[in-house]
Amino acid sequence: MQSAIDPAKADLNHHHDATIATHDVVHHDYRIQGVIVFLLAESMIFLGLFTAYLTFRAVAPSWPPVGTPKLELLLPGINTAILISSSLVIHKAGAAIRNNNVSGLRLWFGITALMGAIFLGGQLYEYAHLEFGLTTNLFASTFYVLTGFHGLHVCFGLLLILAVMARSLKPGRYTSDSHFGVEAAELYWHFVDVVWIVLFLLLYIL
Amino acid sequence: MNIPPSISTLLIGIVLTLVSIWYGQNHHLLPSQASEEALLIDNLFNAMMTIGTGLFLLVIGVILFSAIRFRQKAGDRTDGPPVHGNIPLEILWTAIPSVIVLGISIYSFEIYNQIGGLNPMDHHAMAHASEVRSVPGSALAATLEAPPRENLNQQIQEEAIRDPATAAVRNETIPQLKDAPERGVTSGRIGPTPDKVGKLPEYAINVTGLQYAWIFTYPDTGVVSGELHVPVGREIRLDITANDVLHAFWVPEFRLKQDAIPGRQSELRFTPSKPGTYPVICAELCGAYHGAMKTTVIAETPEDFNTWLKSQQVANQEENLKTIALQPTEPSTEDFLAPYVAQMGIPAEAIQQISDPHQSYPMSGHMASLHSAS
Amino acid sequence: MTQAQLQTEANFEAHGDRPKVTHWREYFGFSTDHKVIGIQYLVTTFIFYLVGGALATAVRTELATPEVDFVSREVYNQLFTVHATVMIFLWIVPAGTGGFGNYLIPLMIGARDMAFPRLNAIAFWMIPPGGILLLSSFLVGAPAAGWTSYPPLSIITDKAGEMIWILSVLILGTSSILGGVNFLVTMWKMRTPGMGLNQMPLFCWAMLATSALILISTPVLAGALILLAFDIVAGTAFFNPTGGGDPIVYQHMFWFYSHPAVYIMILPIFGMISEIISTHSRKPIFGYKAIAYSSIAISFLGLIVWAHHMFTSGTPPWLRMFFMFTTMVIAVPTGIKVFSWLATMWGGKIRLNSAMLFAMGFVSMFVIGGNSGVMVAAVPFDIHVHDTYFIVAHLHYVLFGGSVFGLYSGFYHWFPKMTGRMMNETWGIVHFIMNLVGFNLAFMPMHKLGLMGMNRRIAEYDPKYATLNLICSIGAYILAFSTIPFIVNAAWSWLAGPKAGDNPWQSLTLEWMTTSPPPVENFETDPVLAIGPYDYGTIDDYDSFYRSLISGNGNGAVTADVPFSDPGDPTTSAGPDSTLRAKPDPSVAVHPGDRQDDQGNGSA
Ligand code: HEA
Ligand code: HEA
Ligand code: CUA
Ligand SMILES: [Cu+2]
Repeated sequence: MQSAIDPAKADLNHHHDATIATHDVVHHDYRIQGVIVFLLAESMIFLGLFTAYLTFRAVAPSWPPVGTPKLELLLPGINTAILISSSLVIHKAGAAIRNNNVSGLRLWFGITALMGAIFLGGQLYEYAHLEFGLTTNLFASTFYVLTGFHGLHVCFGLLLILAVMARSLKPGRYTSDSHFGVEAAELYWHFVDVVWIVLFLLLYIL
Repeated sequence: MNIPPSISTLLIGIVLTLVSIWYGQNHHLLPSQASEEALLIDNLFNAMMTIGTGLFLLVIGVILFSAIRFRQKAGDRTDGPPVHGNIPLEILWTAIPSVIVLGISIYSFEIYNQIGGLNPMDHHAMAHASEVRSVPGSALAATLEAPPRENLNQQIQEEAIRDPATAAVRNETIPQLKDAPERGVTSGRIGPTPDKVGKLPEYAINVTGLQYAWIFTYPDTGVVSGELHVPVGREIRLDITANDVLHAFWVPEFRLKQDAIPGRQSELRFTPSKPGTYPVICAELCGAYHGAMKTTVIAETPEDFNTWLKSQQVANQEENLKTIALQPTEPSTEDFLAPYVAQMGIPAEAIQQISDPHQSYPMSGHMASLHSAS
Repeated sequence: MTQAQLQTEANFEAHGDRPKVTHWREYFGFSTDHKVIGIQYLVTTFIFYLVGGALATAVRTELATPEVDFVSREVYNQLFTVHATVMIFLWIVPAGTGGFGNYLIPLMIGARDMAFPRLNAIAFWMIPPGGILLLSSFLVGAPAAGWTSYPPLSIITDKAGEMIWILSVLILGTSSILGGVNFLVTMWKMRTPGMGLNQMPLFCWAMLATSALILISTPVLAGALILLAFDIVAGTAFFNPTGGGDPIVYQHMFWFYSHPAVYIMILPIFGMISEIISTHSRKPIFGYKAIAYSSIAISFLGLIVWAHHMFTSGTPPWLRMFFMFTTMVIAVPTGIKVFSWLATMWGGKIRLNSAMLFAMGFVSMFVIGGNSGVMVAAVPFDIHVHDTYFIVAHLHYVLFGGSVFGLYSGFYHWFPKMTGRMMNETWGIVHFIMNLVGFNLAFMPMHKLGLMGMNRRIAEYDPKYATLNLICSIGAYILAFSTIPFIVNAAWSWLAGPKAGDNPWQSLTLEWMTTSPPPVENFETDPVLAIGPYDYGTIDDYDSFYRSLISGNGNGAVTADVPFSDPGDPTTSAGPDSTLRAKPDPSVAVHPGDRQDDQGNGSA
């Protein structure tokens, strides 16, 4: 998403600034609006899957189907706490870059990435120790597909964060008034976080 | 001749209305009516056809008139008058369609109610009225430990399968989905018509769809048939389900259709009103032979119907004895169906698909001769 | 001076001088110019239309006789499944949104390009691989479960073909979502200064509504397809009753997308028709705001009617009634549009050229399809005709009589802008007549077939339907031949047609205020709306006419006979003072009335 729209502006910009003096031909940067709209669409996939889950649940003769082992709550609980707090951490990164503090940005992004990685590790650990597999029954299938699809999003968010960190090594790449990459990664991370909260409530608590 | 615009508008309006009304009654687009429900549905269609014809004539009339009357003259480079809109006019053409669609909705609602679509209670649901409580959303509140709720869908399946004839054709192993408050909630149905609520349905028949045949079983008598025989003038209740994929039970002359869904029991009630032989058509894509999945429904006088039933009972018993003698264990679907294949107008190869879906399909030609339906 | 001349004069500065000369190679490359991308979309999707049409021709050949004689039953099912998928996902959706949307939106709102040009190119370049992937499925056994792919059938037959279908629809859906993001941000942020929402051309309003629908509904289809794919390859049982799953959940998710999808396919066309009818009737669009807001209403209502495709599949009675009602309500905003178009033509000075003929054909044919839509929305009647040829007739009347006629109309109207050359009118009219005749022959009899008892998706049918089916097939062949005059005309005109000039139709919207074809980046400076986008109209002394409106003495009363009209009151005035009008930018308006009268109607 990000790399796709990123360099778009560059060639258009100088092209025109050079030729036209009369009128302001400033090409504004609307990428953050693009990300917001895209995330709204993205949330519809999850909404669709959640609704499907609730419907399966409502019409199945019993839920979870008889014989499904009970889900352990401790590990996912810790995982949830980690993911939620990582949202606060990444927020600090945004605050840092708004103060032109690039090393702060890197620090907080680093911590977020670490927390994300721990979350993913925890998820994999949970998968490895569950007593049911993807095709055991309808509950198991929805469980794996929902958490797996979310996990993919966490992975992608993690890659975004790492990419921004790598880019921030170049001096002047992110400044207090130009840091689209940071903002996009932060927004994305919050999104992944909110989705997890709903997911957790649906699968584990309800 | 110089007719004032208001008069000519009025005249055009009257002609348009008359033409629409005439066409709405004389379109000859529908097949004969063979059930009490068909009459009601046709009236609805005729009404909509009248409105539709009128609207179409109005729109096409304005377009053609404009194309002729308001065509730009050769050499004229000027524009038309700067007319930008008019709120009262907008309100008018918002209000009129609103009234029309409201009217059609209410009329449809009424018809739907009369054919029994809205009937909240049938004899099953009544028996369990006290258990009516859960709606899909309330699953949110239920805890994981909650005891499984009432499952009417399951009950109907079990009831149907209590009859050995149905048990032999139905795929019992498909888990039945849970039903919410009334039976219509997870399975579709057209229930008893309001004047017949509470009375036991006159005649119940179990219908099972499978690739590519309809099997009808008569629970009271154990008769299994590839053709549907119904007595005229009595309310019939069909309990419909499918063994493999989706099918849909459709009799155009009855104007009724209901999907057959594996894992769900659907109900369809109707009262055949005209003796005759009509096609039963599968209306949901179910594979290569979907187009050949046809049989017939024979609506006959109660006497003829009873005679047929008797003859079937005898025939069935003989068949059953034979089958059991040959195969003391459970007969395979294929063997079981074999005697009915001829009636169903399905080639044996197609039936084999049921047990062996991977087998390659027989090619064209074969089926050409199979328009036995009507 | 005419209104068009005034608008052109005011945009003298913005007018580009060097028309864009696109090297042919650019059309095959990764161009980020929205005009090139728009044309890439249009040409690519038209090729897919021919492919989809060839498949339809095969379908009709099979159905010309009651027997299965042309292809086998299995192949027949593959033919109509791929036919519908190609027509919907590779022709109407990308041509309407990607093609015309891309080409026109930046020009119409006075922007230099889309908000995200690279993303735009990426979205386009997902189409050809998606399409080729889909067609390649014929090598392994194409999908054969209908374009709706209902499980359990889709889970158990032709697994490879079905997976290819899922994959290619996912690719095409993603492309559509990326396009939607782009359109929304472009229209939200990049309108020329002075163009408020209520001054946008109606095509932009329609695209706004369309983009919203794409963004809300397409992801849900993606969700459904992901689950379906798991059922096919991983053996889960989301939609498989044998494992406790529920096939009906798939139907809900599928139609939650696919009903809005039909409005994704028609709303851009509605927008184009509003532009075309107004321009060629030489009269302002009647009720600008009513048409604009009705697009939004359709978009909203379109999201809450999906279960009308499932009236016989076990939807609870009260829900059936709910969906019946919401579905019928859509007739109201659609009716507003239709009647407004009629009122626009009424009293105008209509130029009966190919674009206008197709627009008129569109309105006539769409009304038939819309009416049959309202009929099938009535539950008791739908119980009879669901999954019959009546539905096939309905869907082709709205999709072919609607969308395809509309797209042709758009081709004829904007061809001069896109290529700088005019198309041949005579051949355009021949094309129109063949289309109209062939179309009605092919699809009108289907109404009767369905009502009499012919179900859809069958390769063989009762011989009593043979005559009507033969007529349908003949109509289909005429339709197939009708594409020849169009293709030849377009190709020849593109290369050697007479030069078009900037504004051959004397239109007022901004895309006509620059060269044909427009230069790179479209405009030299920000263009202005000195005249409202639909302010056609001739009055001897324009300025005193406008002044008289403000003073309210009504001597500029509109000459056409509009009922309930009172020139003094903006709500009932039919003239330029009407509250329903799209006004020019008050800071640069040429007519004094528009300059002073800007309170509350200015830019949003
Ligand atoms: C461009 C595509 C398009 C459009 C615009 C529409 C428009 C409408 N459609 Fe259609 N529809 C399809 C494409 C489309 N449809 C397709 C592809 C299918 C089949 C899918 C499949 O199964 O494969 C389908 C199927 C379909 C069904 C399911 C039928 C079934 O399978 O049993 C229904 C049921 O309600 C329906 C209803 C409607 C209605 C009410 C409208 C309304 O929006 C129409 C509104 C327009 C008008 C009414 C005309 C103009 C208005 C006036 C002149 C005002 C006055 C009018 C009145 C008062 C009535 N459509
Ligand atoms: C936009 C959508 C669209 C369009 C434009 C069309 C166009 C046509 N459609 Fe289709 N159709 C659908 C959407 C569309 N259809 C859908 C959604 C279904 C439902 C599918 C389902 O049930 O799953 C359907 C189903 C459908 C059926 C029912 C199949 C069945 O239920 O068994 C039929 C039958 O007649 C049919 C016919 C036609 C015909 C004759 C055309 C004609 O208009 C086509 C005219 C032909 C051309 C314009 C091509 C001409 C060119 C050539 C022949 C030369 C080819 C050359 C090269 C390839 C280089 N269509
Ligand atoms: Cu069974 Cu179609
Ligand atoms: Cu629909």
